[in-house]
Amino acid sequence: MKTFCSVWLLLSLVELSPAPPASQEPPLACTGAPDPAPPQPETAEDMASTGDLEPTHYPARRAAQVALHYLNTHHGSPFRVFGLQQVHKASAEDVGAGGRKYKLDFSVTDWGSGSAGPALRCSADVLFPRTERHSAPEVQLHCEALHQINSTAQEDDAFYQKYISPDSAVSARDIPDSFGNMSEEMQPFWRLARVAASFIMLRESSENTEFNMAKVASVTQQESREEQLMLEFVVLLHDFPSQEIVQWKLLASWSPDRGVRVLQTEWQPRCPHATKPPN
Amino acid sequence: MRLYLAVFALLAAVHCEELFNGDQVLRIHAESENHIQILKKLERDVDSGLDFWTHAVSTEQPVDIRVPHSSLYALKDFLKKNNIPFTVIINNVQEHLVREREEMVRNAKMESKTKSFNFAAYHDLETIYNFMDTLVASHSNLITKVNIGSTYENRPMYVLKFSTGGEQRPAIWIDAGIHAREWISHATAVWLADRIATDFKENRAPVPSILSQMDIYLMIVANPDGYVFTHRSPNEFYRLWRKSRSATSNPKCHGVDLNRNWDAEFGGPGASDDPCAEDYRGPSAQSEIEVKNIADFIMSHGNFKSFMTLHSYKQLLMYPYGYSGTDAPDRTELHDVATKASKALNSWHGTVYKVGSIFHTIDQASGTSVDWAYLRGIKYSFAFALRDTGEYGFLLPADQIVSTARETWFALRYIMKYVCDHPY
Repeated sequence: MKTFCSVWLLLSLVELSPAPPASQEPPLACTGAPDPAPPQPETAEDMASTGDLEPTHYPARRAAQVALHYLNTHHGSPFRVFGLQQVHKASAEDVGAGGRKYKLDFSVTDWGSGSAGPALRCSADVLFPRTERHSAPEVQLHCEALHQINSTAQEDDAFYQKYISPDSAVSARDIPDSFGNMSEEMQPFWRLARVAASFIMLRESSENTEFNMAKVASVTQQESREEQLMLEFVVLLHDFPSQEIVQWKLLASWSPDRGVRVLQTEWQPRCPHATKPPN
Repeated sequence: MRLYLAVFALLAAVHCEELFNGDQVLRIHAESENHIQILKKLERDVDSGLDFWTHAVSTEQPVDIRVPHSSLYALKDFLKKNNIPFTVIINNVQEHLVREREEMVRNAKMESKTKSFNFAAYHDLETIYNFMDTLVASHSNLITKVNIGSTYENRPMYVLKFSTGGEQRPAIWIDAGIHAREWISHATAVWLADRIATDFKENRAPVPSILSQMDIYLMIVANPDGYVFTHRSPNEFYRLWRKSRSATSNPKCHGVDLNRNWDAEFGGPGASDDPCAEDYRGPSAQSEIEVKNIADFIMSHGNFKSFMTLHSYKQLLMYPYGYSGTDAPDRTELHDVATKASKALNSWHGTVYKVGSIFHTIDQASGTSVDWAYLRGIKYSFAFALRDTGEYGFLLPADQIVSTARETWFALRYIMKYVCDHPY
């Protein structure tokens, strides 16, 4: 018994780690600017030029990403999210009233069908208005064979039936987790979050941003309304030029018939110690 | 010889515990034909109990004899009387065998540790540091671990040096993890370290020929404080941390973007002066100890020919400049090398990388490591942004680590061979 006590004491001494230095404690207040406006425009030479753009350079890619957000808001679902494969051709011109219009020829793939999925060819006009206050870009998009790709109707219906029941109350955090893991059950919710986030990303985009969804911080199912699945998401967006992580809370509805609709969005300051976003 | 001893060791272990206790191995240096004849006669005498490991042939080659303990005095006396010089090369064969066997067991354990190391998983700093030690122990003829200084929070910064000798040979620098949240870069570098070591050991081209002329320096974790911070919690504030962990002028915000803190157009557009920003450049160039340690190391070495840094994500292979859109003087060659490297990468798994300068593919960025290296005369400077293109981003699933590392290796190998073939 005595040896047991000394061993236990020894072990507990060994396991005690020093308190983390002050620099490691999360800040008392929240980080992040109060204004979620996009970063200052830089003196980027590419964007001043009119005419053909290099497809591998960022101005064309950013515009294509905007078109992709638009595509996902219209055609995304729990079993379909599109990703940019590559830009084939791009050009830009200044238009009246201080806007800039990009013409794009690009390919997308469905992330839902893995890397084996076929690529869809799309063309789009993306107009970035250059106004005092930020306003959303305008997109006109056409993708070949959009309605010919494999329908996900069966999976959509099965998913809908499973979660529309009154006692369904899905609640999860960190999708994916630190290691990129995501359960199969969570995948459709992750895609729905991505589609819903696309509404925000589309709205917030400018020539100086390049948004992507980094992760889903949380999903909380709300009471179904009008036969729609109601989901409250907290999503984290990553802006490539500034490298900032931007947090949004949103309320989205979905059904196989009506698709994704975003009902409320709320920008959130990033607080490390908050487990729930502030009201 | 090792195999011979190994067999003995096994036999001794299996049959007798103390078969060779007190026996010695003498090395005889015959100086004349007369000495050779004496030794030949000794060898023909089968009752002597002497065990000739090498034979008396000429005065050019020493003769090694294992001498049973009971015959030691007599033989030494005989050799002295005939003025035949000798030295004792193994003082006690049994002890030697025991030591050899222990070392073999240790090596086998080390090798199985690196063989059993899970490359298809993300590991914390301590595990990666242990891996480095294991790798060095398993390849002690090739790899050394260099401590180039401490971080802000006083953690050691290690570089693995792959070298077959020489003095300050022309060298290649590869670093990963300068941005803490880009976990695929550290994981890729861990795999690369093992791959370079294995390719050298198994004589797989072009690694041995590269290492016969150049040294490779591989820094798996360039931002240890940041990396530790990303492991503290799955909460995105920790896991998606990018910068260092230094205190700033703003008590609410910590850390500097280590890839904006280099002395290369520091202060220019493409970095922020707000301590709360993700691309905060810091109060001055090299204000961050992590950057200073690396810069000082490379400058004092003075003979680096290539500088490559691993980041994620976006699948890009980039060259200078970041701070400006004007073409670097070597732009044509760098673009060509990067293009061919990305084709090599693509050949493994079909992954498509885009090639271009940092400025044009990502955005204007000042104070970057690649610009710094290039402006210091290290011509072949490249930045990789590894998988993916945005689906998982920073949270790349672990099951993609090995394929990412392997395709990246194809590109790196091409570049290293090119650098080796194009000395300057």
